[in-house]
Amino acid sequence: MAEKPRIKLPKTAKKGEVVQIKTLLSHTMESGQRKDASGNIIPRKIINKFACTFNDKPVFSADIEPAVAANPYMQFAARVEESGTFKFSWTDDDGTVTTAVEKITVS
Amino acid sequence: MTGLSRRTALAVGAGGAALALIGNIHSAVAAPKDAEADIAKFTGGKTAEKGKITIDLPEIAENGNTVPLTVSVDSPMTAESHVTDILVVADGNPRPGVATFHFTPLSGSAEATTRIRLATTQNIVVVAKTSDGKLYTGQKLVKVTIGGCGG
Repeated sequence: MAEKPRIKLPKTAKKGEVVQIKTLLSHTMESGQRKDASGNIIPRKIINKFACTFNDKPVFSADIEPAVAANPYMQFAARVEESGTFKFSWTDDDGTVTTAVEKITVS
Repeated sequence: MTGLSRRTALAVGAGGAALALIGNIHSAVAAPKDAEADIAKFTGGKTAEKGKITIDLPEIAENGNTVPLTVSVDSPMTAESHVTDILVVADGNPRPGVATFHFTPLSGSAEATTRIRLATTQNIVVVAKTSDGKLYTGQKLVKVTIGGCGG
């Protein structure tokens, strides 16, 4: 855990352009459905919330269920009108929040 | 080596058939009712119109552990008219909920891609809510060769 999330987005964009953002966090996303060798259910431990803001205004977020595959991948878009900072956060079932920041320059 | 002998080929085939059978039993157990309940909670009991939704999903998913899924809704995404929420439900999974995406006008386009787990061959149902209170729905069948929910 606590591995750095991977984020891909353009460094620069034109005003009003819609840019694609790709994110991936390494996480087992234990579904709570599986059993270990002795038949006990392995407790659920997933990322249950993902959120992205731009200059502290919400852009995209997702409520995630165990049906999202391991290493949750999210691709979405954002319309940028000004230079600024994207903030990303992933919330774990145990309360840990992994965050990341990316800047974009808009001309 | 002569590659796959006739005997191995038959054995593999039988194994595959057995797996398919397990898959069918599984889908009989999972209740689409749960999926309907999830959708009703999202729509508040209103009926959703068909259309406007594109679901991009492989027709046959060989490995149910990670199936790429893209949902998009035809919308101008302006402050006056934009998609606010998209619910994704898999009616044949042990628990039908997959994810709910939330959008704002800043999203620019009502589209999201992720990778999901599917236990068996089933329908993926997508319901979208817009800022002016309209509801749209769409669904797509996906065939799953190997289920991805463990157990």
